[in-house]
Amino acid sequence: MAKKLKKVDVVVVGSGWAGGVVSAELAKAGYQVVTLERGKKQERQDYIGVKDELRYTDRYEMMQNLSPETITSRVKIEDTALPVRTRAEMMAGTDLGGGSVHWAGATYRWRAIDFELRSKTIERYGKEKIPEGMTIQDWGITYDEMEPYYDKWEKTAGISGEPDPLGDKRSNDYPNPPMLASPAVKLFKETTKRMGYHPFQVASGNLSQAYTNPDGEKLNACMFCSYCTMYGCDFTAKSDPLATVIPTARKTGNCEIRTNSLVRRVLHKDGKATGVMFTDTRTGIEYEQPADVVVLGAFSFTNNRLLMLSDIGTQYDPTTRKGTIGRNFNGQFNITFLGARGYFEKKKFNLYMGAGALGGTMSDFAGDNFDHSDVDFINGGGIEMRQYGDGAISTNHVPKGTPKWGPEFKKNSIHYANRSLVAWYTPAVMSWWHNYLDLDPTYKDEYGDPLLRVTNRYTDHDRNMAKFGIEKCSEIMKEMGADIIDEDEVPEEFDHIYSGGHYAGGIIMGADPETSAVNNYLQMWEMDNLFVVGGSAFPQFGGHHPTSTIGALAYRAAEGVEKYLKEGGQLAEAKQATLNA
Amino acid sequence: MTEPRQPEDTQKGISRRNFMKNTGLLAGGLVGGSLFGGLLTNQLQKPSAPADMGKEDTHLLEARTFFSNAEDFLILSAATERLFPKDDLGPGAIELGVPYFIDRQLAGEWGMNGKEYMKGPFLQTGAVDPYESQADTTQDQGPNAETQVPTPAFRYQTPMTRGDIFMEGVHALEQTAQEKFEMNFRKLEPEQQDEILQMFDSGKAKMNGVASTTFFNLLLQTTIEGAYADPVYGGNRNMEGWRMKEFPGPRMSYTADIEKEDFIVMKPESLRNYQGH
Ligand SMILES: Cc1cc2nc3c(=O)[nH]c(=O)nc-3n(C[C@H](O)[C@H](O)[C@H](O)COP(=O)(O)OP(=O)(O)OC[C@H]3O[C@@H](n4cnc5c(N)ncnc54)[C@H](O)[C@@H]3O)c2cc1C
Ligand code: SF4
Repeated sequence: MAKKLKKVDVVVVGSGWAGGVVSAELAKAGYQVVTLERGKKQERQDYIGVKDELRYTDRYEMMQNLSPETITSRVKIEDTALPVRTRAEMMAGTDLGGGSVHWAGATYRWRAIDFELRSKTIERYGKEKIPEGMTIQDWGITYDEMEPYYDKWEKTAGISGEPDPLGDKRSNDYPNPPMLASPAVKLFKETTKRMGYHPFQVASGNLSQAYTNPDGEKLNACMFCSYCTMYGCDFTAKSDPLATVIPTARKTGNCEIRTNSLVRRVLHKDGKATGVMFTDTRTGIEYEQPADVVVLGAFSFTNNRLLMLSDIGTQYDPTTRKGTIGRNFNGQFNITFLGARGYFEKKKFNLYMGAGALGGTMSDFAGDNFDHSDVDFINGGGIEMRQYGDGAISTNHVPKGTPKWGPEFKKNSIHYANRSLVAWYTPAVMSWWHNYLDLDPTYKDEYGDPLLRVTNRYTDHDRNMAKFGIEKCSEIMKEMGADIIDEDEVPEEFDHIYSGGHYAGGIIMGADPETSAVNNYLQMWEMDNLFVVGGSAFPQFGGHHPTSTIGALAYRAAEGVEKYLKEGGQLAEAKQATLNA
Repeated sequence: MTEPRQPEDTQKGISRRNFMKNTGLLAGGLVGGSLFGGLLTNQLQKPSAPADMGKEDTHLLEARTFFSNAEDFLILSAATERLFPKDDLGPGAIELGVPYFIDRQLAGEWGMNGKEYMKGPFLQTGAVDPYESQADTTQDQGPNAETQVPTPAFRYQTPMTRGDIFMEGVHALEQTAQEKFEMNFRKLEPEQQDEILQMFDSGKAKMNGVASTTFFNLLLQTTIEGAYADPVYGGNRNMEGWRMKEFPGPRMSYTADIEKEDFIVMKPESLRNYQGH
């Protein structure tokens, strides 16, 4: 029997941006909050002096330990899914602050069209533009409604940037100016400008100057130390939950954060969540945490799996295409972030310097900024060139044709160590009826619970889009003066490597309970006091990085939870999606 | 060994004289023709083995912690040297301490797959053969290419740990050398060694349990890691790997330099320097 703890107003699962923002906001509003995190306690001080590429980049120090639990993966519905066993193949955040601590910090708002993709596409190009089997949807919220939440999150995080010249309306500038630009970033911006595009500097969670956020949390200016992506920042210069929302939540005295607490079930009775069951991973003791409201902010995979294990909502069935839980799995990996790498003979860049989000970008081929009449895909993405700060182990780029080991490899990898730059396309990923999540029939976690199973297959649409992006990147590299340009190849099929943390869908937002699991407050249609926050809510992916949208949605959800605690009931009106007809 | 090692031996590594004194081999007249004889000869024959490098402090890191058999370790060393050879740019894998780096990695959590999902059922046995005939279309190379098999196949589907794979792999290198050239892998000409490594790279060599590509990619990944990881792990000796690449090691800040156009070469510093700040 699980030990029953004292009831609280809100229990939050996960402590990344999603769980962290909700915890802080409700604690600030005076509610009693318990935040449960499966990983260990982690402080900013833990990163001081640990600039160690082997440990963090190659051995994935900050990623989920897969030995008790992973996901399984397959391409087609008739395939047998196999476990994704190693951390080189499967990156998900863990420990206090989650993946939101080792993120790079590249920050983009999604475009107005992303939120109404289906209806706007039909409006501009007609229904035929949407291929059979593509299950894209409107979000049930517009960009204008999202704008204040984006603004709020950017201020909390201290985002440093300049506005996108092709971007949508903003109520305010970024709270901090853009970071310094390195010569490589300048070269990208100047070149693309000359080509008639509209480049700007990537808005970053790496701060351009010292900053105090509206909650009173202090952040420092980034030092371009380059140990950033996949690391915690040892200068408190990267905005993450450890530097912002977690201390804010703690300060209120209303939020108890429990680490080493693995949530295994959402408990419910008579259509209402009653709390969660979790195991203390150090002792193995099971606890029940009762609460008036349950918030899942445990990243896409866990959010989905917890609902499935707890038997909440209706599992999506690809044969009937009915059901909502697990529907529209989507995300950016493998076939996304493809582009072209240029090798420069006459130029040498200080590539060992950099920061997670230091870079140039442009939105000329994003969203609906270009005419899609003659291209065989929907939406688009940014083109980015980043200077992360190259590590010595991971940077061994050599022109195609170089053997991958031996004398010539050694010579070229050393010669080009500071002479190669890459530009990539970050396309939006559409949803399809055949890409979804459910529970695996064979493989189990350490408690004997089934693993989450991903079914994900590429379509011509995905490949067309990737090809388009590669060509554009290649043209840019050429204009930048690269002597050798290597284009990425478009993969035939999904390779089961879950890198980069941009996986989404499964518990998607919408206005129609037939095709969405949560309303535009991230509240479940089928369970009023259960909110599911994070990338799991994306009906399809936007053409940029996800985190600011996750942060904005978390503010939206926090508002929803508060509203629910005051008024109760469903916060949104269900609408039949007329356009679905 | 019949007697416990003397403390000074663990400090300095085992010299031939100490070894024989401590084991009583000289007195017993057992040298040559025995098991120990082989070991002794190997100890002395290390071609350009790290032990010959002369720098006293680097010796502290040198002892095998995973490979129990010295011959296996020497085969591994020879293979890494072909992947990352010494040339006029600088030291190769052996001089950089890569074999010791790999040995230690295999003895630790990573080599034991401590944080990987290792529950069955495993598809491996059925999957190995078909992969052999496919072209390697996965474009990545070097680090993080671990146990890569051609897409869209799954990568790691075996109950063997990385340590197990290395043991099998090193034995398979030797086996292949014997079959093809009737000679020890270590004694082959560099071109012959390359030929064998090529077979492993392309999945054409015979191996138990996993495709030879799986082993090869692990070997390549760890060789590169050993050349460039912080010296604290036993490779990248004296930061020579970083020096070749003009990589400065961990630094506090580049704010003052990030906008500079000219390439800046810095004297490398390691975690040892950095954490001492
Ligand atoms: C290497 C890398 C670089 C990235 N760079 C960028 C970038 O530049 N820009 C960008 O926009 N995005 C980036 N991302 C993505 C970004 O990290 C995520 O979008 C973001 O962190 C998601 O926030 P979240 O709160 O939903 O999840 P997380 O921050 O991952 O938080 C979820 C938390 O829930 C916990 N949890 C999970 N299951 C349970 C359970 N059963 N019980 C209790 N707790 C649980 C986890 O341990 C974790 O702490 C990057 C990701 C990676 C991996
Ligand atoms: S690059 Fe900047 S934000 Fe990133 S870890 Fe270094 S100081 Fe922190």
